[in-house]
Amino acid sequence: MIPEPLRMHRELEARLATPPLDERSLALRRLAFRGMVGGERGHLGSAFSAIEILRVLYDDIMVHRADEPDWALRDRAILSKGHGCLALYAILADSGYFPAEELDRFCHVDGMLGGHPDATKVPGVEASTGALGHGPSIGLGLALAARMKAAVWRVFVVTGDGEINEGAVWEAAMMAGKHGLDNLTIIVDYNKHQSYAATAEVQDLEPLAAKWESFGFAVGEVDGHDVGELRRTLTSLPFKSGRPSAVIAHTVKGKGVSFAENDMAWHHKSRLAPDQLDAVYDELGGRHGA
Amino acid sequence: MRKTCLNSVLDLARRDARVVFVGSDLGVGTLDAFREELPDRFFMEGVAEQNLIGVAAGLAMEGYIPYVNTIATFLTRRCYEQVAVDLCMHRLPVRLIANGGGLVYAPLGPTHMAIEDMGIMRALPNMTVVAPCDAEEMARFMESTLELPGPCYIRLAKGGDRVVSEAAHGFEIGQGIQLRPEGEVALVATGIATTRALDAAEILTAQGIEAGVLHLHTVKPLDEARLLDLAGRARAVVTIEEHTLVGGLGSAVADLLVDRLPGTAPPLLRLGLPDAFPANYGGQDDLLALAGLTPEGIAASVGDFLDARRAA
Repeated sequence: MIPEPLRMHRELEARLATPPLDERSLALRRLAFRGMVGGERGHLGSAFSAIEILRVLYDDIMVHRADEPDWALRDRAILSKGHGCLALYAILADSGYFPAEELDRFCHVDGMLGGHPDATKVPGVEASTGALGHGPSIGLGLALAARMKAAVWRVFVVTGDGEINEGAVWEAAMMAGKHGLDNLTIIVDYNKHQSYAATAEVQDLEPLAAKWESFGFAVGEVDGHDVGELRRTLTSLPFKSGRPSAVIAHTVKGKGVSFAENDMAWHHKSRLAPDQLDAVYDELGGRHGA
Repeated sequence: MRKTCLNSVLDLARRDARVVFVGSDLGVGTLDAFREELPDRFFMEGVAEQNLIGVAAGLAMEGYIPYVNTIATFLTRRCYEQVAVDLCMHRLPVRLIANGGGLVYAPLGPTHMAIEDMGIMRALPNMTVVAPCDAEEMARFMESTLELPGPCYIRLAKGGDRVVSEAAHGFEIGQGIQLRPEGEVALVATGIATTRALDAAEILTAQGIEAGVLHLHTVKPLDEARLLDLAGRARAVVTIEEHTLVGGLGSAVADLLVDRLPGTAPPLLRLGLPDAFPANYGGQDDLLALAGLTPEGIAASVGDFLDARRAA
């Protein structure tokens, strides 16, 4: 286990080195937040830590077609931490999978965007998630299928950090390692917080890189908010031929909204007061952007 | 029955490139022929049932038809959430081949017996639940598993079970088979309980009570039309199952009669296992006998039930 002062030092170092969020990152956050406003609820902290991971995947790494979500040759991405779905909805809407207006009906009785993503309803959602720890196994099945078909498409699974408390994740990791699936990448959104408290307190994951390595993964670590670094890291996949990859993305829960960052009260929020709405929008460059 | 079922998977795989086999950590030699012939579609992936179901879901999303095989209780209780979310919510064509349904693993105790499996599988939307009565029926059933949409739970019996089904009956998922002509009492059974129902009907007939036997190899979807038709004529309906009385065949039939024939349904007697973890070891037959599910026990229960109705 890493001593607490060292851990804090590393986090501080990572944070200081992170470049400020650019306009696209702010715009995606505004779009995600639009869902929170529309639904009067949402996992802001969990979504905002994953924005850059999903942005870089969909903008720069994955081959996909918004106008043809089931295109056979697409790369597949599963947001296994389904509660972070506002981030996924934002990038999917922005990519053209569905109109951004759908976010106004987030969690509405007649809306298609729920508090967890449903593959049977939402174009671009590869698998219905929400119950934690399912994505790695499903992704592994997809990756095996790709190998059996000698297909070139790849599979990306984004997990939370609290999520990987689930034992099934490590069952999947064992099997992925056994099969040496280098078309499979698991990205851990390591924001260091779960619902109740810090991961270090609830269920420490360290040494996390060593865990994945010992299960047969080639591991990379990255600042999960540094778009350039994410691009460089994800472009170099697979890290090792014949091995699945794990990317530990160091992130900040609630990234981009200073008063929500690392505040467990913002893991999930409902019924925001008007002044809270304004305060969030102020941090995201205004209600309609700069 | 298990051998027939697994050999059928190999036959199907030879004919259809979509078929894959996914096992946990099965007995040595299981489907060796499959492994030798079609190694790319044979997976034996360890004691990790939650993962196996997710992997099968991923394979099915890409057009494969996975047949997943392990012990019934581990294929139901252990990975229930994966079955519900990964398979049923996505309505994926994954086949769950459940070894040792019911009391087959009696000597191994309650951790290994699957006596609420059909109830919990039946509770899931989009799931099909099938319990053939013998190996020959299993073979006929397996032919129909290629094109069935959505997941299917297949309950296997002990093996070497007496053959009571006939080829002429055919097999259609969701369609009951009248194995013994209708009488004043309608016995309705599933799985190997059907064999016992047939034997009980013989005893009842000798006692002057004509009893027909409807075999419901499919517990979900229930053959409602046939049951309602039967219930309109029978003096009494008796369900017989190697399953607790919580949520299985008897519950399904009770729901149907209450909902669809309010006030006019014939009396219903449900025979099955008590709502308890089995307290004894021994064999499958021993535990069935303790629950009164021998042909003699069933006949006696039916006789008592009819007597009580007459007296009332």
